[in-house]
Amino acid sequence: MALLRSPAPAALRRKHRREALRTLAFLAPWLIGFGTFFAYPLLSTVYFSFMKYDGFTAPVFTGLKNWDYVLTKYPFFWQGLGNTLWLVLVMVSLRVVFGLGIGLLVTKVRTGAGFFRSVFYLPYLAPPVAATMAFAFLLNPGTGPVNHLLGGLGLPRPGWFTDPDWSKPALTMLALWGIGDLMVIFMAALLDVPRAQYEAAELDGAGPWQRFRYVTLPNISPIVMFAVVTGVIQTMQFYTQAMVAGKVASGVIGGSGQPFEPGYPHGSTWTLPQMVYSLGFQRFDTGSACVVAVILFIISMAFTSLLLRRKSAFLSGE
Amino acid sequence: MTTTSALSVPLPARSAQARVARRKAVLSWVGIHSLAIAAALFFLLPFVFVFLTSVMSDRQALTSQLWPAEWHWGNYARVWHTPGFLTWWRNTLLYAAAGTALTLLSSLPVAYALAKFRFRGRNTALMAVISMMMLPPQVTVIPMYLVWAKQFHLTGTLWPLIIPMAFGDAFSIFLLRQFLMTIPGEYLEAARMDGCGELRTLLKVVLPMARPAIAAVALFQFFYCWNDYFGPQIYASENPGAWTLSYGLESFKGAHHTDWNLTMAATLLVMAPVITIFFFAQKAFIEGVTLTGVKG
Repeated sequence: MALLRSPAPAALRRKHRREALRTLAFLAPWLIGFGTFFAYPLLSTVYFSFMKYDGFTAPVFTGLKNWDYVLTKYPFFWQGLGNTLWLVLVMVSLRVVFGLGIGLLVTKVRTGAGFFRSVFYLPYLAPPVAATMAFAFLLNPGTGPVNHLLGGLGLPRPGWFTDPDWSKPALTMLALWGIGDLMVIFMAALLDVPRAQYEAAELDGAGPWQRFRYVTLPNISPIVMFAVVTGVIQTMQFYTQAMVAGKVASGVIGGSGQPFEPGYPHGSTWTLPQMVYSLGFQRFDTGSACVVAVILFIISMAFTSLLLRRKSAFLSGE
Repeated sequence: MTTTSALSVPLPARSAQARVARRKAVLSWVGIHSLAIAAALFFLLPFVFVFLTSVMSDRQALTSQLWPAEWHWGNYARVWHTPGFLTWWRNTLLYAAAGTALTLLSSLPVAYALAKFRFRGRNTALMAVISMMMLPPQVTVIPMYLVWAKQFHLTGTLWPLIIPMAFGDAFSIFLLRQFLMTIPGEYLEAARMDGCGELRTLLKVVLPMARPAIAAVALFQFFYCWNDYFGPQIYASENPGAWTLSYGLESFKGAHHTDWNLTMAATLLVMAPVITIFFFAQKAFIEGVTLTGVKG
């Protein structure tokens, strides 16, 4: 019996081992990348958050001192978190509503549909630095075309990127200009809604608003959820536009000029990623920069896990 | 009489109904297209104003006039011949081309394994990919910078940005995996029956079928590198010879403080390649974006 049975498991085991090796070979680049560019620096960031380190002399363990500094003494942390909350509440929700609206519009347009779709999508592709530069010009309070037109209409002319009350709304306008990604995602979702449901609703005498409320919305709600959660994650990373707008508006720019402190004007555009840069690369306070990085990581992962839970059905699906 | 009236009554009623329906359709056509035109203005006018300012004279660019009095096309040549501009251009191309090629080479096998191999920990691996995708680059930048500066002495170059792309890019892996999931297993089985190894199957069967997804990933990655500001700011800022267009554009504004015309010409020159590529590869893009959103 044993003699008869043994060849099969041995062959099977060989096959299994071969398959495992093959899988490992295919995954190898990413496994190395995961270890080197994700796991190692992440652990290292946590480690440095408990160290006093300026990047030059040897790191010294200081316990929770950096954490205490960031949470209770660093003047920008809570302000930056507040800005992020503002951006999540206003920018993300406006982007979702506007993206859905533009997506709906694009599915309804009969004439020139291709033209409109391209035009609505195009600004999303503009490189962020270039797009921010363009808006810094359009919205500059002195000679910008927007204030010129507002003045012509007899409307107030805000200071936009130079006014702490208007800098976040200006960044929001820039984000709405680049709505192309959400437009395409919503467009695809809207085209997937079964036509029969609209016809049935119409037979029941449902008007356009009721059809939207009781047919469209329930069908696309997973995509709306996806857009909200990825929007929050993107907002946690908000960096380039805020920094470039601040630099241009304050007039402090240049690779070799005086250092620019992010947040201009009056800290109204501070975000957590900019703090990592400012603390780590301008003030050489590696420990405190790592504290902000760890906090940024925790918040981002909390929202990512939300996304993973919502998507678990499709993740395991074959 | 009664029969004729009974017969004739519905007819005008139906045509009246049809007229109402047609009028409604025309009205909704007009409404929808007016909205679309208004939206198109919102998306296009920034480009128009930027362009109009980019061809103004230096003096006129200081005013709030909207229309150029004279058309100074030479502004574009002035920007092009700014010291450094060509270097930034070359560096950006190198970063984007090398980054894209390495990303594709390293990400495709990983995506294939995640989509088509059965192994323990596959779902965990996929979760890890998505987590990496959502990770703000600032979280890991400090230890990474220390490694590149102290172990490899590569700060002041773009290599710290290019080399990691040889080890898989989470977003590209995810997008390719989503597409490879849609390839029916029968094709792979047939290839294996013909005696193809996994690598041969990937190259001969999967690669040709996955061309749209590969095109989308290549475009996204190219654009990611082209647009990247944070990476070059961290690693390349100390050496102007390694600056990219995104980073250089900012310093260009610094050097030409009040010259909005030149800054806007430079801005358009930075946008131009991306916009040109988009017009040639629109379909691949839009398919790519929809692949990243989930169905249902």
